[in-house]
Amino acid sequence: MKFQSQSAAMPYFIFALALFVGQIVFGLIIGLQYVVGDFLFPEIPFNVARMVHTNLLIVWLLFGFMGAAYYLVPEEAETELYSTKLAWVLFWVFAAAGTLTIIGYLAVPYATLADITGNGLLPTMGREFLEMPTITKVGIVVVALGFLFNIGMTMLRGRKTVINIVLMTGLLGLALFFLFSFYNPHNLALDKFFWWWVVHLWVEGVWELIMGAILAFVLIKVTGVDREVIEKWLYIIIAMALITGIIGTGHHFFWIGPPEYWHYLGSIFSALEPIPFFMMTVFAFNMVSRRRREHPNRAATLWALGCAVMAFLGAGVWGFLHTLAPVNYYTHGTQITAAHGHMAFYGAYVMIVITIISYAMPIMRGRPNGNSRQAQTVEMWSFWLMTIAMVFITLFLTAAGILQVWMQRVPESGQALSFMATQDNIALFYWLREISGVIFFIGLLTYIASFFVKGDAVEVAE
Amino acid sequence: MAERFTKSMARNIYLGGSTFFILLFLGLTFDTMQAMPERDNRENLTESVANGKLLWEENNCLGCHTLFGEGAYFAPELGNVYQRRSMGNDEAFIGYFKAWMNAMPTNVPGRRQMPQFNLNDQELEDLAAFLKYANGINTNDWPPNVEG
Repeated sequence: MKFQSQSAAMPYFIFALALFVGQIVFGLIIGLQYVVGDFLFPEIPFNVARMVHTNLLIVWLLFGFMGAAYYLVPEEAETELYSTKLAWVLFWVFAAAGTLTIIGYLAVPYATLADITGNGLLPTMGREFLEMPTITKVGIVVVALGFLFNIGMTMLRGRKTVINIVLMTGLLGLALFFLFSFYNPHNLALDKFFWWWVVHLWVEGVWELIMGAILAFVLIKVTGVDREVIEKWLYIIIAMALITGIIGTGHHFFWIGPPEYWHYLGSIFSALEPIPFFMMTVFAFNMVSRRRREHPNRAATLWALGCAVMAFLGAGVWGFLHTLAPVNYYTHGTQITAAHGHMAFYGAYVMIVITIISYAMPIMRGRPNGNSRQAQTVEMWSFWLMTIAMVFITLFLTAAGILQVWMQRVPESGQALSFMATQDNIALFYWLREISGVIFFIGLLTYIASFFVKGDAVEVAE
Repeated sequence: MAERFTKSMARNIYLGGSTFFILLFLGLTFDTMQAMPERDNRENLTESVANGKLLWEENNCLGCHTLFGEGAYFAPELGNVYQRRSMGNDEAFIGYFKAWMNAMPTNVPGRRQMPQFNLNDQELEDLAAFLKYANGINTNDWPPNVEG
């Protein structure tokens, strides 16, 4: 580790992984409720468990992004972090706020939580992914401001690399667009329109900047390829991400009220959205094949390559599958959407956070050359278990979605099966998805176990 | 990439491209906002509807259902439930809706369960008004059929 203060990333990474385990436990619960409808009812109804599943995902990814920033910004800027103490204080504030929110979800009915947190004063709750109480949202803003101040001051004091500037731009955008979560008009169509300014402009906009910056950082470290080359790639990837992704927001405006011209804009631009992900794949493989050193942390390299491939498949290919308006007319809001969501989030954002953890964690634990060979073997097993399980989850949900479209959406009114009748007909695929989910969970536990595998210290390869 | 293509060219594409498309997006948003009054059924946005929307949110209905295809995929689409269940008659819809909400949960073993939300008569009417209002928003003929 070049700078002592980079270790501020450690608690963020550890807490992120703990929440990841929680996310998957709740994923297994709701997966089972799809086929055993009254499982855990009324103690944990589906809507509560689903909210815990998605909110934990978002929060642990945010922890991961923050940890990544605390680790890589000082190293890129070649200076200590502006304030290690602030990083620790904000960690505890965010961890406490997150934990209390999840406890609130589980301990009382959602309406009661809304009541005791004063949702009536500024109603922002009850919208997908933004279910947290308004005061939690305010807390997130406070933590984000303190975090951006800390990272920004560090950057200003030191070397201003492209990776740092791109990461900072992404993080600023993340904070900026989150502010739209406070705008919740009575007008449902306007509510939905600007809700996408948070959700889409995060995951298909500024988060891609964060992802690109982290990927570029790790690739510089593990391949030793010239920074100039990597930065050029980074610029052109994020250029394509924003050129396609901003107007690509239009693919969410097809059926929620806005005018029909979004059908053309949304279809054309979002059909181009796979390009930056494809470039990321080419970039990652190109850099690794042109590597100037054999970095002993092979697990980190595997995660970086896997991330690029899975992001392209999940976000790129599975996104394209249902993004054209005439197709989306039938697939919108079916299990095909769920299939895409699962693989895209895993491939792009889960895997990029694990990539930086896999690279940085051994260094912070005093193993500059990566974990022992034995520990890396276990970690690579977890890579394959989780990744292959996610491929199968996606395939089974896609199959379920195609059948759902066929039975429920394509026939005329009167001929079409009802939603619930359709669900009964596709239950087999939900069972298969749940089995894949169990394998994913085994993979995750294997990953966690890899942190505790001892073994021989790695020799310096260079 | 060829050496002719320099880092500063890449940076300029990023800065120029993203600036252009951000401005275009803002312009399109402005245009959409001009078009929305004709499409978003705001003339029927009563106080009862607004309260219904708050109830919809504070009971996390979207945690199971979809509304215009957005939400969870565990329970039926409700953006067009008014069309599906009313037979074009408000009284019939409210009656159906109240009976449904009050009958929950069914407690049929193994079946998906909808919680009992303990809403009073006025609240149920507000929620029904919200669903009727949602049904009136122009969604470009989505969903394809009445089943949602």
